[in-house]
Amino acid sequence: MALKFKRKSGAEGGIPTASLPDIVFMLLIFFMVSTVFKEFRGIPVRLPAAKKIEKLPGKRNVVYLWADDRDRVSMDDKFIEIREISNIMYNKLNDPTKQIRVISMKIDGQAKMATVTKVHEELRETGGAALNVNYSTKTAN
Amino acid sequence: MVVEKKKERSSEIPTSSLADIAFLLLIFFLVTTTIDVDKGIGLVLPPKGEAKEVSKRNITNLLINAEGKVMIDEQETDIPMIKNIIKEKIAQNPKIIISVKTDENTKYRYYIQVLDQLKQANARKISIAEPEK
Repeated sequence: MALKFKRKSGAEGGIPTASLPDIVFMLLIFFMVSTVFKEFRGIPVRLPAAKKIEKLPGKRNVVYLWADDRDRVSMDDKFIEIREISNIMYNKLNDPTKQIRVISMKIDGQAKMATVTKVHEELRETGGAALNVNYSTKTAN
Repeated sequence: MVVEKKKERSSEIPTSSLADIAFLLLIFFLVTTTIDVDKGIGLVLPPKGEAKEVSKRNITNLLINAEGKVMIDEQETDIPMIKNIIKEKIAQNPKIIISVKTDENTKYRYYIQVLDQLKQANARKISIAEPEK
């Protein structure tokens, strides 16, 4: 018995691309809205690791402060003296365009505690939101 | 005089390159977006000039020296042991305040390790004393 093969009905080739721009635009808008550009580069530090860590509340309301193993402190991409911190912080807190909620401290694991304590004292001098400190760390295994 | 009829122009905006432009922008934002979130140990510092008298019974002294050795209430301990010791102390006395004291030359790494241990033990009352000179 001879088998008869039916020819498949000719499906139309080609993917419909009419809605492609819409999809791409949607993705584009999502990324545009969610992107926060890095304001400052900071200085290279090797962060210590910790287990019990918490996330920062976004990136927009955060002031970053760097300190490296040679106990140099950097804010806004400039090296600063520790005693300047309270003034800089005071100006930042009173900036109506920004609502600072937390200070993220990126301190090198080899930095000395003397520096860290001096920074603490300056932040305590400022008061308010400057008291909310987050010691930036890596995730420990 | 003969007035010539204007040639008819197509009135549509060419949209064939729209997708390409959108793709280009999309790729730019994809590349510049960093998804990684900043993480760390949170702490609220006390405002200046706020010193409270606390009875000695409610204080545990935790000292870290320049070599990263830790002493809790006159007893030397290893850093990974702190969690359990502090947990026990909190269970015995929930009001206990852990006073962390460091040396001027103590490395920040040890301080974070100790703080991490205290956080793991759910210690809420942590006091950070000034380094000894």
